[in-house]
Amino acid sequence: MSSDQNILVKLNDTGLRIDDKWLVKGVSLQVEKGKIVTLIGPNGSGKSTTAKIALGIYKKIDGSVEKYTTKVGYVPQKISIDWTLPLRVNDFMVLTENLDNETIDEALSLTGVIHLKDKNLGDLSGGEFQRVLLARAISKKPELLVLDEPVQGVDFTGEIALYELIKKISDELNCGILLISHDLHTVMTATDHVVCLNGHVCCSGSPMDVAKNNEYKALFGEQASQILSRYEHRHDHIHTDEGKIKKN
Amino acid sequence: MFDDFFIRALVAGIGVALVTGPLGCFVIWRRLSYFGDTLAHSALLGVTLAFTMEFNIALSVFIISSLIALILIQLQKKTNLPGDALLGLLAHSSLAVGLVVIGFLTFIRFDIMGLLFGDILAVSVDDLLIIWIGGALILLTLKFIWKPLFASTVNYELAEAEGLNPDRAKAIFTILMAAIIAISIKMVGLLLITGMLIIPAAMARNLSTSPQSMVMYSVIGGLLSVIIGLFASLEFNTSSGPSIITAALLLFILSLFKIKQSIKLKN
Repeated sequence: MSSDQNILVKLNDTGLRIDDKWLVKGVSLQVEKGKIVTLIGPNGSGKSTTAKIALGIYKKIDGSVEKYTTKVGYVPQKISIDWTLPLRVNDFMVLTENLDNETIDEALSLTGVIHLKDKNLGDLSGGEFQRVLLARAISKKPELLVLDEPVQGVDFTGEIALYELIKKISDELNCGILLISHDLHTVMTATDHVVCLNGHVCCSGSPMDVAKNNEYKALFGEQASQILSRYEHRHDHIHTDEGKIKKN
Repeated sequence: MFDDFFIRALVAGIGVALVTGPLGCFVIWRRLSYFGDTLAHSALLGVTLAFTMEFNIALSVFIISSLIALILIQLQKKTNLPGDALLGLLAHSSLAVGLVVIGFLTFIRFDIMGLLFGDILAVSVDDLLIIWIGGALILLTLKFIWKPLFASTVNYELAEAEGLNPDRAKAIFTILMAAIIAISIKMVGLLLITGMLIIPAAMARNLSTSPQSMVMYSVIGGLLSVIIGLFASLEFNTSSGPSIITAALLLFILSLFKIKQSIKLKN
């Protein structure tokens, strides 16, 4: 454990309930400078919700969030841009912070989309847009990066390059990263800490620790059988509608 | 120089157009046309209040419009009615109450047409001061909240996550909407204020590729509409509001040709 001053954001037993239904419950985790924390778990397991709790987007939450930085970069899982807004990539880059041209160019080059700088945001493909989103988040040199499936829709070679870039950014900027990913290979190689979610924290620890965990082994077995993206989550319990946990 | 009513009207109109240009872009981007309409309708109530209490018209319209905005926010929280129904409810009921109150104020002679559609003859030197000082304040405030307001217009969660406080920007913008209605009511009239906000901005959308250029074209469009509209109103002896809005409409129609061209280029 590193000292407390390295902590960027800390979730203490946080949860979110909407209309008496728990989206996620009892999550404790912390992101430190220079470390990558990855959230894994099936669809609807509360990964994005947890990320938004960490970002302070939800106001009425259970538990508490301690945030020690204001320099935050965020790549949301989904974002819809309205065409009533004329918005070029260049305009989008300076959305939350004013940056000089050099910084913008550098970030766009890093994610390989510098040639799209003057294009309308609405004309980009899914993968191109994802690269722009990542470029925008890293360009402001944040202390905390929250990346919600940052490489979705990116081609295979690009995906590997972007994950390498994310690792590099974490080292160079010494920023903490909260990553949500479906790519277990990345999780196992580049992450410092893994949190496995399914409405609550199923298991967490270093990738090695998690790999030894029975619940993770269930995932890993599925991955070995060539199913990378669609893995099943095996439990000793089931989840009921109210977000309660029932032992099998 | 301000002795001539037409010069006064022109100076007032230019002041209004400088402010409605940027504000109108946000009205379009944030889909607030009907919200603007509702605030404008409630302005009549503000005017009657000003007459009964012998109060400044712009100030009283500003207060009533802000109040209506607050009531709207409360109703949205407390009822299950959809937003457009609440807007319609507030717009028409405040207009109706305003007209009823006017009926009671038999001791004052009202120029209702002037209130509804604007009256260039009514613009005084005091009005000019209100428009230019109020307008400058609105623009300064808008510049101050531009970043969080624009960022949250594009994506609320991004703005919130990266610490821009979009809720505060939204609240301030609501107040700015009430303020622009208060200062432009004499020029355009309360039924047509939203037109002054959205038509030049809609024209600008057809011509622009970036938010900055849209704001710029919107201001230019508004200025042209005011100038053309006021000269036409003098020439044909028509109300100033409808003349300005008609000029804006003509500019919008012209801007459609530009879209047709760019769509052709794309194909």
